Amino acid sequence: MSNFWSLWITVITFIVIFGSLWLLIANRNTEVKGDLEEGEIPKTGHVYDGIEEYENPLPAWWFWMFIGSAVFALVYLLLYPGLGNYKGLLNWTQEKQLQEQVEIANQTLNKQYSAYAATAIADLAADPSALRMGRRIFNNNCSVCHGIGGTGANGFPNLSDSDWQYGGTPEQIVQSITLGRQAIMPAWGAVLGEQGIIDVSDYIMSLGGRDFDSQRAARGAGHYQTFCVACHAADGAGMQALGAPNLADNIWLYNQADTSLVENVRHSIRNGRNGSMPSHGDKLRPEKIHLISAYVYSLSQTNQ
Amino acid sequence: MDKKPSPELENPRPEVKAEHNEVIRVLNLYQTADKIYTRRLEGFYRSVRRWAWMPMLAGYFLIPWLSIDGRQAVWFDLAERNFYIFSITLWPQDLPFLAALLIISAFALFTITNLLGRVWCGFSCPQTVWTGIFIAIEDWFEGDRNKRIKLDAQPWSIDKFSRKAAVQFFWILFSFITGLTFVGYFNPIRELVPDLFHLAISAAALFWTLLFTALTWANAGFMREQICLYVCPYARFQSVMFDSDTLIVSYNQDRGEQRGARKRDAIRRDAIKSHENSQELGLGDCVDCTLCVQVCPTGIDIRDGLQYECISCGLCIDACNAVMEKMHYPPGLIDFTTENTLKNGTAFRWLRPRLVAYSTVLALLCGLFIYQLSVRIPLEVDIVRDRTQLYRTTPEGQVENSYLLKINNMDQQDHRYKISVQTVGEIAEQQFIYRGQSEVEVAEGEVIEMLVRLEIPQQMILRSNTEVEFLVTSTTTPTLTNSEISRFLAPVKAVNRD
Repeated sequence: MSNFWSLWITVITFIVIFGSLWLLIANRNTEVKGDLEEGEIPKTGHVYDGIEEYENPLPAWWFWMFIGSAVFALVYLLLYPGLGNYKGLLNWTQEKQLQEQVEIANQTLNKQYSAYAATAIADLAADPSALRMGRRIFNNNCSVCHGIGGTGANGFPNLSDSDWQYGGTPEQIVQSITLGRQAIMPAWGAVLGEQGIIDVSDYIMSLGGRDFDSQRAARGAGHYQTFCVACHAADGAGMQALGAPNLADNIWLYNQADTSLVENVRHSIRNGRNGSMPSHGDKLRPEKIHLISAYVYSLSQTNQ
Repeated sequence: MDKKPSPELENPRPEVKAEHNEVIRVLNLYQTADKIYTRRLEGFYRSVRRWAWMPMLAGYFLIPWLSIDGRQAVWFDLAERNFYIFSITLWPQDLPFLAALLIISAFALFTITNLLGRVWCGFSCPQTVWTGIFIAIEDWFEGDRNKRIKLDAQPWSIDKFSRKAAVQFFWILFSFITGLTFVGYFNPIRELVPDLFHLAISAAALFWTLLFTALTWANAGFMREQICLYVCPYARFQSVMFDSDTLIVSYNQDRGEQRGARKRDAIRRDAIKSHENSQELGLGDCVDCTLCVQVCPTGIDIRDGLQYECISCGLCIDACNAVMEKMHYPPGLIDFTTENTLKNGTAFRWLRPRLVAYSTVLALLCGLFIYQLSVRIPLEVDIVRDRTQLYRTTPEGQVENSYLLKINNMDQQDHRYKISVQTVGEIAEQQFIYRGQSEVEVAEGEVIEMLVRLEIPQQMILRSNTEVEFLVTSTTTPTLTNSEISRFLAPVKAVNRD
């Protein structure tokens, strides 16, 4: 706030407060001319459009309540920010109040979290209250991609099955959440050519137990053993260290519903895939990640 | 209705002589009201008042001590946002009941006011009741009206100090019990009171107890009729509820005037002589003893007519009737009567538009309230469809939707619920497979969240958007059932087949 407006507000505030006080005190008494005649009802002498005011004095405690509220306002303005740029004697700010409240909330939460943080994830996965907390944190932070039950979506892995792209042990789950994951499936379109892509896709269909053309699959097997085997392994089991998915379990990460599965697979081979799990170590405190991991771990344990 | 200041209450005003010898009176527009010393007189309305407020006061102090199944029977649990009222637990979503209750209270007040005037004020308002108790404490230690006036006029002495101290002690003690009981409606009183004696009471509970103690003390000890006169809105809008057939405390002016004192020996004679005596003097029945003014808790003179200060407590009727009896006059110079009876001598009229209208509305509202409360289902079902995905296709070729099902058991006992799903509208043309727990145990007052999924084989999909109803029913009480409608979304085009 510029000095002018700060001064403007201060001056107006004081004019209003002291003006009200002056108005109140100056009009405390009124003078009436003439003696009160016998039987006459006392009036204040105030006349408005011929309407006269009877003398019905207000209780004195009203007067003192008015004075009290003016005094309160002055003390308040002295202690708290209110007069333009003046900071107030207490140095109160919204930010400080927020910080204090967050601090208090954290202390309460720490008590709850610390009990869970000391317990192993595998044990937490059997604790309903820990799972309830974990599920809430999961639903707030993870369900945007992985769905409210962790069932995943096209391009986002299903966390409730026992198929893991990067490993499903508690430690691996914690690592995936904390550091994030970055998949690198290169584009093979230029290398394989369109026919090569079709052949490889048929071979992959055969690995996954889907319908396939055996001639094309046989040709595709050759390409597979040359280009794909390094990451996806000879039997298509994949490699969790690299995040190369298992191609032989009929679970498909990229399976857009408006095209057929084989078209989806061909797209993956042709253009590559760069699935990315963002890191949450900087967004969520370790105790929360611990609880989320327990919840995710429990999903894979119950939904075998 | 206008206040005519009684000569008794007028304060002496400073007078100054102006230059032209004209009198100028200086009026102070704010004045401290004189303390009202009420005289204690037994009588019919005083005992009615006692019987009216005693059960209510006992209720106020004892209800928090009742318990049902180990829980306080009436407990407004603000922290958990549950109101326990005997066998009913009200949740925040039951707020309309509170609104309805307030509307019913308002209409009950209108009806009673139209019928009997401000009897609420005089016979049962806490302001009147607590003031009455505080005055009784004063009376106990300081004596009746005249003694109290004399005591207050005396300079301070050991006797005066000890009497005043005793009054203050009992005022504060009673205020404290009042405040503690009030807080006991919100914090379980059976823990609150022992905590207090062990000095383990929570800071918040202590704050509210002390605040209500202080307010009760100031209110019933000092503010008293000032609240009725200047704070309570009821006095100010009573006139819109009154009509000429409303029972009001009124002075029979025709019979009472010309008021005036008369010789004492006339009193000892019989009724006829007494009457003859007053006729000789040209006087009405009012002996101008001012007892009606002395007993009035708001310090008014009822002989000035109906005033907004009048709280219809009937104490002036008791006072006047006692005098009338001594004078051998018939009672009822001041009486609960109607304007019509007083002026035209007509009998009390029940059938008048306003009373009929008020009572009809009141009866309707009460009926509706009881009906709503009796059909209230203490079970809430909420279904949240997965907000991020329309649907998911499973490797097995099923289309799947996920939902978060929330079941809130608002009953006072644990329940086991069965969950089922059905399509809304046309008969189950699409068979959904329900994946999730089919029965769930929910403890009393608990909300549980569970993940449920619906699946359908792709070739069975007929519509992209189907309404589905999730039905939750108690396994033991089939009437305890509630449902919520959501949607099943699926791709219509037969796709994703190899």
